[in-house]
Amino acid sequence: MMGSENADGFEETNLNSQREDMENLDLGVDGDAGGDDPLKKSVVNGDTSNSGYRSAMSTLSNVHDPLSPPPTVMIPADSDPLLAPPSAYQDFSSFGSKPISSDNSYIEPPSYADVIFSPFDENSDSEINGAEDSSLHSQFSDSLSRSPSSSSSDYIKITVSSPQKEQETSNSIVGGNTYITYQITTRTNLPHLGGPSEFSVRRRFRDVVTLADRLAESYRGFCIPPRPDKSVVESQVMQKQEFVEQRRVALEKYLRRLSAHPVIRNSEELKAFLQAQGKLPLQLSTDVASRMLDGAVKLPKQLFGEGGASAVPVQEVVQPAKGGRDLLRLFKELRQSVSNDWGGSKPPVVEEDKEFLEKKEKMHDLEQQIINASQQAESLVKAQQDMGETMGELGLAFIKLTKFENEEATSNAQRIRANDMKNLATAAVKASRFYRELNSQTVKHLDTLHEYLGMMMAVQGAFADRSSALLTVQTLLSELPSLQARVEKLEAASSKVFGGDKSRIRKIEELKETIKVTEDAKNVAIREYERIKENNRSEVERLDKERRADFMNMMKGFVVNQVGYAEKMGNVWAKVAEESSQYDREKQSS
Amino acid sequence: MESTEQPRSISGSMQSPRSPSLQPYLSVSVTDPVKLGNGVQAYISYRVITKTNLPEYQGPEKIVIRRYSDFVWLRDRLFEKYKGIFIPPLPEKSAVEKFRFSAEFIEMRRAALDIFVNRIALHPELQHSEDLRTFLQADEETMDRFRFQETGIFKKPADLMQMFRDVQSKVSDAVLGKEKPVEETTAAYEKLKHYIFELENHLAEAQKHAYRLVKRHRELGQSLLDFGKAVKLLGACEGEPTGKAFSDLGTKSELLSIKLQKEAQQVLMNFEEPLKDYVRYVQSIKATIAERGTAFKQHCELAETTKLKEINLDKLMLTRSDKVGEAEIEYREIKAESEEATRRFERIVTRMEEEIVRFQEQKTEEMGVAFHQFAKGQARLACSIADAWKSLLPKLEASSAV
Repeated sequence: MMGSENADGFEETNLNSQREDMENLDLGVDGDAGGDDPLKKSVVNGDTSNSGYRSAMSTLSNVHDPLSPPPTVMIPADSDPLLAPPSAYQDFSSFGSKPISSDNSYIEPPSYADVIFSPFDENSDSEINGAEDSSLHSQFSDSLSRSPSSSSSDYIKITVSSPQKEQETSNSIVGGNTYITYQITTRTNLPHLGGPSEFSVRRRFRDVVTLADRLAESYRGFCIPPRPDKSVVESQVMQKQEFVEQRRVALEKYLRRLSAHPVIRNSEELKAFLQAQGKLPLQLSTDVASRMLDGAVKLPKQLFGEGGASAVPVQEVVQPAKGGRDLLRLFKELRQSVSNDWGGSKPPVVEEDKEFLEKKEKMHDLEQQIINASQQAESLVKAQQDMGETMGELGLAFIKLTKFENEEATSNAQRIRANDMKNLATAAVKASRFYRELNSQTVKHLDTLHEYLGMMMAVQGAFADRSSALLTVQTLLSELPSLQARVEKLEAASSKVFGGDKSRIRKIEELKETIKVTEDAKNVAIREYERIKENNRSEVERLDKERRADFMNMMKGFVVNQVGYAEKMGNVWAKVAEESSQYDREKQSS
Repeated sequence: MESTEQPRSISGSMQSPRSPSLQPYLSVSVTDPVKLGNGVQAYISYRVITKTNLPEYQGPEKIVIRRYSDFVWLRDRLFEKYKGIFIPPLPEKSAVEKFRFSAEFIEMRRAALDIFVNRIALHPELQHSEDLRTFLQADEETMDRFRFQETGIFKKPADLMQMFRDVQSKVSDAVLGKEKPVEETTAAYEKLKHYIFELENHLAEAQKHAYRLVKRHRELGQSLLDFGKAVKLLGACEGEPTGKAFSDLGTKSELLSIKLQKEAQQVLMNFEEPLKDYVRYVQSIKATIAERGTAFKQHCELAETTKLKEINLDKLMLTRSDKVGEAEIEYREIKAESEEATRRFERIVTRMEEEIVRFQEQKTEEMGVAFHQFAKGQARLACSIADAWKSLLPKLEASSAV
């Protein structure tokens, strides 16, 4: 029984172009395999910036997911590289009936490809296990809540979908600018959000920027996940569809991270963003220029001792000096920070600062190592992918050879050889498929490293909040003595004038008022600083714990994955070795 | 990789130990590559050890020193003298200077040369060649002399390819002054030529991917090494138990990197090389096909010329011309040449028939071995990867339980 009946199988599966061959042999499962491979593209570019890798990784993990239970993302049909999952299942089961080799045992049901193997689970037939595990796994990559402290009954799932073009209303004839809105769907059982329920709103990117800014103000000292870039250059350079999809993915990731944060998930800002229908009821972030024109430079006036004792809400003090709004205050604090550097007036508490500086340094080191590990993870993924591809190409080349030999066979030796070749070829193709699956899993696991790069930025933000709060405190602290000195000088001068000096006395009154306000501001600033310090501390502690847990999970997942696929490949090759055991020669020394 | 097909007359190294001296045997090994000379003129020399009990050879064992160009000489001589036989192929002359003396290249070449000589020693006709005896026994000086005499006289395969192409393109015969294709057109032979040509394409592609696969192994090994290092550094930043887990992970990764590099070398030697050898063999067959084409052309031409001469002679005899004597001599000479050419051609045809059978059997055996070793290597690699990672899991479980 040589090649005749199997040759029929070949007719069905052997096509002209190599890639198409691979596709058919691959059961048409991976939609992206024929065309551009986003992962390869961004990796080849040596893209050290986060965005390219991130988007490629996320696209890759989306695309390679057709075998897992379908995510609830609603994707417009035209822009979706994903095959609709049901048809992927169908392809798979229909292929099962036309075997490449007579032995079907290595063509497993689709859900299994996504399984996190339990290391002691030798029984590879439990489909139920597979389905459960894979849903666990997709949940794992969806929400980052896996620390034991968060109760498993809390549930919030956000999806971003249906990008649509909309137009700004305008009175001009030409019409307003167009922009893209996205549908934000939330499914949750959090009571704070009126759960259990599901609701949707439409938001544009500008709203996201607003949300991020408001959160940054309200949650100083917290490690707030960084929002997606504005990517102005990319939006011009990339294809519209590609860019929109990239942004959609980034938004989804961002919102999910926000909802994973135990404090921020309960914020009013996030609630408004997710729930409030119509226009986003959060104050817009205004730009520098309009603020300056606004003339809303109240506090600096106070600091300079100008103007009357206009009641400035002291809360203004607790906000860091931002761009245009507090330009003059910014300069003042800059001057202060410079004097700090020169060892002028020292901040009140030195010991804590040392601890803080150590922590900061440690965080910086950690960030560097995460970057490095993330880059090497990228290389590893690429190497695995290349291996799989070349293995597949080798298999295909041998399949063609086999067909050729069978067609041209004039001797028995040829037929035997063709058969041997065929076994090797089918094994190579199987191994190639395994490498691909292995890789898509590896991407998901190692993506954790990349996630935490984002979180390191959040930590930097938290530390920056603390530094700027400290700067405010120090600025106010240093103001007081000089104000006090001026009062004393005026009092001394005024006392020399008999009967008092009306203008000087008035000035003294004003100054004393300023001092009082500054005192109050100082106290508020100190309280704020302490608050932020505490936020820092608890956040860093939380983050450290979460990160370690996540890294442990990542390692476990990565390793289990490697074990599983290595075993699968080992079995495939062992079988071929067994089938060709008549060629086993003792090695002879030359 | 040993060729293990049934020896017809003299056996090779797979000799039954019970009757070593009764059966004729001839076994050769190419060993101990040594770099000689300096600079541009540096080259590798090999020890060629011959063990035999044949009377034509000087004694049971003989050791000589040979270099690559000596092997080329032998191949060229055999190609000239044994037309129709698929002369075993030689490994390529490496053009890249840097690579020429790398340990890997030298070992691959040594192994290929060993196979080359042994195939000749096992071939029923070639093993009786006088040139083989010269090669295996002559001292270095004599060998050098032989080699210098012969360089440039015999055509290199490239030239033969050109001749082959000429035959293929049905160049008309200017000597005969006739527009006639001088090519064999039997269906069987056409099929064979087509087979050989197509086969080369397919094999070349397979070999290309095999070579890439070797590279992929190396690349994966390298990336595992880098990843392991990076992960260990990361672990140093983290406290326990994560730090230790990262450290263990990194160490395993580095370990596996080594295994991958080793496997890369195995795939190169035991899988890619045999495939390359297969391609070379097919190219050697193409050269033989070219020779056959030439021989056929000669046979046809001379047959035509003989006929013409015969017609001419008959004409002369009828007219009782005094040129008859001359013409008769010419005719007999041409006829003898023509018969010789026909004999040569037919011998090539016969040889080729046998050779094809041998070739197919030999290749099935050799490729079978190569495939088997490849599969075994991949299985072993995969198992050791699985085991290595598996051993890490209990530690990870324990760490995360903390």
